[in-house]
Amino acid sequence: MAHSVVAASPVARLLSGTVVVLYSLISIAPLVWIFLTGFKNSTDAVAYPPRILSPPSIEGYCDLFTIQTSQDADYIAHLPPSTGPCDSLAREHGRVIAGKSKTPGRFFNSILIGFGSTFLSVFLGTLAAYAFSRFKVPAKDDLLFFILSTRFMPPIAVAIPIYLMYRQLGLIDTAVGMILLYTAVNVSLAVWLLKGFIDEIPREYEEAALVDGYTRLQAFVKTVLPQAATGIAATAVFCLIFAWNEYAFAVLLTSGTAQTMPPFIPFIIGEGGQDWPAVAAATSLFVVPILCFTILLRKQLLRGITFGAVRK
Amino acid sequence: MALPHASMSAAKIPDMIEVSSAAAARPGQSIRSGGISDRGIAWLFITPTILLLLAINIFPLIWTVRMSLTNYKANMGWMKYRFVGIENYVDILTDPDIWDAMQTTARFVFWSISLEVLLGFGLALLINRKFRGHSFWTTVILLPMMLSPAVVGNFWTFLFQPQSGLFNYVVSFFTGIDPASFQMIGDVKLAPWSIVLVDVWMWTPYVMLICLAGLRSIPDYIYEAAEVDRASVWRRFWSVTLPMVMPFLMLAVLFRGIENFKMFDMVNLLTNGGPGSLTETVSITLKRAAFEKWQTGWSSALAIILFLTVFGAANIYIKVLNSVKRR
Repeated sequence: MAHSVVAASPVARLLSGTVVVLYSLISIAPLVWIFLTGFKNSTDAVAYPPRILSPPSIEGYCDLFTIQTSQDADYIAHLPPSTGPCDSLAREHGRVIAGKSKTPGRFFNSILIGFGSTFLSVFLGTLAAYAFSRFKVPAKDDLLFFILSTRFMPPIAVAIPIYLMYRQLGLIDTAVGMILLYTAVNVSLAVWLLKGFIDEIPREYEEAALVDGYTRLQAFVKTVLPQAATGIAATAVFCLIFAWNEYAFAVLLTSGTAQTMPPFIPFIIGEGGQDWPAVAAATSLFVVPILCFTILLRKQLLRGITFGAVRK
Repeated sequence: MALPHASMSAAKIPDMIEVSSAAAARPGQSIRSGGISDRGIAWLFITPTILLLLAINIFPLIWTVRMSLTNYKANMGWMKYRFVGIENYVDILTDPDIWDAMQTTARFVFWSISLEVLLGFGLALLINRKFRGHSFWTTVILLPMMLSPAVVGNFWTFLFQPQSGLFNYVVSFFTGIDPASFQMIGDVKLAPWSIVLVDVWMWTPYVMLICLAGLRSIPDYIYEAAEVDRASVWRRFWSVTLPMVMPFLMLAVLFRGIENFKMFDMVNLLTNGGPGSLTETVSITLKRAAFEKWQTGWSSALAIILFLTVFGAANIYIKVLNSVKRR
């Protein structure tokens, strides 16, 4: 026999590689298309046949960040010189920039709610995971089961009473309300993931610290936390991505002040429907951080999507 | 860090709550030099999480059960509502529209998961042959599953535009069909498939990644033994690969099944249940009843039914999860 069963033959490897690369290219095409659309003008974006390469335009990004109003040619002709590329572009289309759009505020909300809820869920999750990992807790398995089962609650089903509860408490459309809600959803993932990471840290380190006269709390802070740093960082990224991407709660519980990007993007409207270059620009800006985090996180992804059960 | 007493203390440390008694029995050797007791710390560390989950998950759930027994309408809070017993539940379970939504959901779950398993498992088998650059391409394949389902649903409506959309153009390029002649989202025959297609695009990587972990967990010696027994390629697949990957595959199928059963965001933005109510999954029905028609009592009952179904499935999922974990 020329080759072992375990290692594939060179021909088989080449064929497999070709198929996988082909699939990757097809699956990445829609994303590439969205990035390209962000740099097209509104005519090229919906041209037929679709134009792969068209002269780059920042129209989409201008539309995304400004509010424009139509004016007649005479009015535009008598304006002072344009103040920037977006201004000139708007004038070419018979419009003037009337102010800044809501986009930066929505991005800010996404960042605030994302980081706020991530910090809280990782904080609570680390404490609980440490306790579950190291101490004898009564009904430990039941508690862990309970914690994970909350993750499976259908958001729309939970949203009805949450809506009524938040209405009573004045938490509708507030960042605090959304942070609490996302923390509750993420803490289950945080506990399970972090318990896996902390289980892997040998107990001997804490034991030595305890023998050296540290209290349990000091041993936790000085020996466990530093060694769990990678795990904590990975968990934080998973929580952040969830909160960043979440739509169901956001669309039902926020409308203005606390609205995040996912319910905002579909409602970027231009003349006659969605302003596709602007939507594509918003989508690109929204998606790029996730793509970067995914690449950073690729070694931990499997753990993250299986609640820490599958490690390799 | 030096571990002078490691061997000595290791035997009694593992369960710290028991240590206190062991330490007390040997004065002068106590390893707790002050601070809160371990039992105290355990509770201090776990309680906040449990309290948060009780407040944001369990309390609302109990409230939902209560509301499901009334004819309450949340947009008319001033009106007195009354208890109607299990009327809402009877109403839902005998409502043909609900069974339609259930069937729509079931078909969506069945087709999306079947295709994801076929494609995902296939890709995992290919990637497992470790060709050059396989880890780079694996990362590329994984990207779609990390995106926001809502944003994905939204930009696929752009790709599905009948005249100018990339999808229609590509289909017409390879088949010669006029790209303006079919609408993936608007057409009665095609709309259900548009959801399946986007879901498969997004979640095949998920199944692939878990299957790949399953394939990598199979030790080489089993294949070598099969080789000695002159087992054919098919035989090896059916009696070694598939059974060994099965628990992992179950994990992926159950999780995706649960997620797709309660699918809301992607469908809401892609078709919003349309055309008509053709692609209306249970979650969309629930949203319409709860937040458009404001039938709070009725939709609470539907929420409880949905929750019980998901909870039952999640129970099985967590059991499989724990069994995979122990391997």
